[in-house]
Parts: sequence; structure tokens; C-alpha cells
Amino acid sequence: MTRISLLFLTVVMFLQPMTVVAAIDAYSFPDEAMRKRYNSLIDELRCPQCLNTNLAGSDSMISKDLRREVHRLVLEGKSDEEVRDFMQQRYGDFILYNPQVKGSTYVLWFGPVVLFLVAVAVLFRLVNRRSDATSNKALSDDDQDRLNRLLSK
Amino acid sequence: MSSLNKSLLIPLIVFILLVITLGVGFSLKDPHILPSELIDRPFPEFEAAELHDTDRTLTREDLKGEVSLVNVWATWCPNCVLEHPELLRISKEEGVPLYGVNYNDEVNKAQAWLRRYENPFVFNIVDDNGKLGIDLGVYGAPETFILDSEGVIQYKHVGPVSRNVFDTEMKPVIEQLKANKLAAQTAGVDLK
Repeated sequence: MTRISLLFLTVVMFLQPMTVVAAIDAYSFPDEAMRKRYNSLIDELRCPQCLNTNLAGSDSMISKDLRREVHRLVLEGKSDEEVRDFMQQRYGDFILYNPQVKGSTYVLWFGPVVLFLVAVAVLFRLVNRRSDATSNKALSDDDQDRLNRLLSK
Repeated sequence: MSSLNKSLLIPLIVFILLVITLGVGFSLKDPHILPSELIDRPFPEFEAAELHDTDRTLTREDLKGEVSLVNVWATWCPNCVLEHPELLRISKEEGVPLYGVNYNDEVNKAQAWLRRYENPFVFNIVDDNGKLGIDLGVYGAPETFILDSEGVIQYKHVGPVSRNVFDTEMKPVIEQLKANKLAAQTAGVDLK
């Protein structure tokens, strides 16, 4: 397999939404748009009991109840924002896989960017230092002779 | 040479910082315990039947008047059996009314369960579809709330209540609330 297609495959793999759907509730919706909204909401809300599963992927009782609530709220004509608020008022930021940008979540949102910048700065320094080092003579004269002998064998 | 030594120290320092961060992060609190959004908010409105007297309708007005405990329990919850002796003791010895929320359960089973283990509750709110549980932000049982005499949630404990939890965490809150209530009452009397 060529390197390009391998790279392509890797990228495609990461683009897949990493979701597992365990829910098989038979909820009916008057139209397809509501079903889509319901599905995307249970996809982005987190099961409060299980640490790393969304509502869609959890079979726990609380997730079942919360899916029922999401269904009810969607049918009542609540907007996505209102459903998120409903959940957040009861279960806190934990339930949102996409937490709001506010004081207590600054580290969460901007920490990775800061870390990335630090990493880039460190990388630049290392590269600079290395290029300084390689501009000097890397091998002593004796070693260079020995290398030449070995290579000419 | 000394600059080389210094740069060798960097990974060590980073490693130590990582160990400290992770150590604190993992040991400080159980990640299963979420902060309750409901502290300082009134107990959610509800209208539900009483477990033993299903014709009776309970509302949040029934929870007002005294500093009280509200325990969310269910027959399917093993930790509820575990904490039950402590609830019985509290109901007998602590002089604070204990109300139950029978969460996501069946009335028959719940009645039988209370016959078997004895009933510490003044009354039980039937929450057979888990609606009140959701409004309370309950994500497992048991959970125990402390309400002030106005029915405002002041404290929440997730998991079984042990003697230790009650004495060290809940009792001080209850006593503080009772003192506040008393102070408010005497202030009211003085005004008259």
C-alpha cells in the first residue's frame, strides 16, 4: 500500500464519528427533522452515571429516562439550546460533551492551544540548537579517517 | 556541560509535575460524584402519589415547615439496603423528618421492601417514571438531600449514608439550618 493511501485511510478513520449506539427505544416523531435533532442531542449529551458514554450509547436506567425526556422536550417544540439548558440545570456541565466557554472551562478550551504553543516554542529552540551543533565539525579527524576507511571497503 | 545537565533535568521536572497533577486529579474526588446544580434551589415542583396511601397527592408544600432529609431510594438499588440501618437510626434518634422518594420503582415491590426492612420514612413520594428524579438531578440511587424549612435544597449526598457520613457531613449542616431557623423565629418574635 502506498504511503498516500495509508495516510488517506488514517485520516478517514479519524473522521468517523466515534459513537456506539446502544439505544433501541422505539420513539416516533412527526417529522424527520425532529428525529434528526433527537439523535444529535442524545449523541452530544453525556450519560451522568457512566463516565465516558453519551446518552445514545448507554443502556443505564438514567440514560433511558433522559432519552425519554429529550424525546418529550423535542416533541414539545423546545429548541436544542433549551434541551441543553434543561439538562445542564439538573446535571451540570458534566452532561455537556461540548461545555460552554466560561471562567471554569477556560483551561479546558484554551489549555490545549497554550500547550501547543509551548510545544512549538520548545521545538524551535531545540531545532535551532541542533542546527548550531551540526554546523560545527561533528567528527574528530581520526574518526573521519576511520569512517572514510570503512566506507571505502 | 552544565547546560547539558540542566536540559537533562527538564524531562524529570515535567514528569514530576505530571505525577503531581494526575495524583491530585485522581485522588481528590471520585469522578462519579458530580457537583449538584441544585444546591440553594427550591426542591423541584412535583405532584405525586404517596406510596402507602396512593389516593393522597403529595407536592413540595409537604416538604416545608421543618429542616428535613429527602432520600431517593429504590428496591433495585443494592446500596439502599446497605444504608437502610443508618436511615432507621436517623429516623429514630436524630429528630429530623426523613422523606423518601421511591425512584423508578414499582409500588408493590416498594411496599414489600419497606415491610421487609422496616420503614424509616414519614412518607414516600412515588416517582415511578423517574421524572422527579430527573428534576432532582439524580443519576443513581441512593441520594440524600437536606432541605431547609422553606424547602430549599441545602446539601446533597450521593451514595449510601453511613454513620460517619451523617456525623461528619450532614449533621453539621442540619444543626446549622436548625439554628438559622430558630434565629429567624426569635427575630420574628422580637419584631412583634
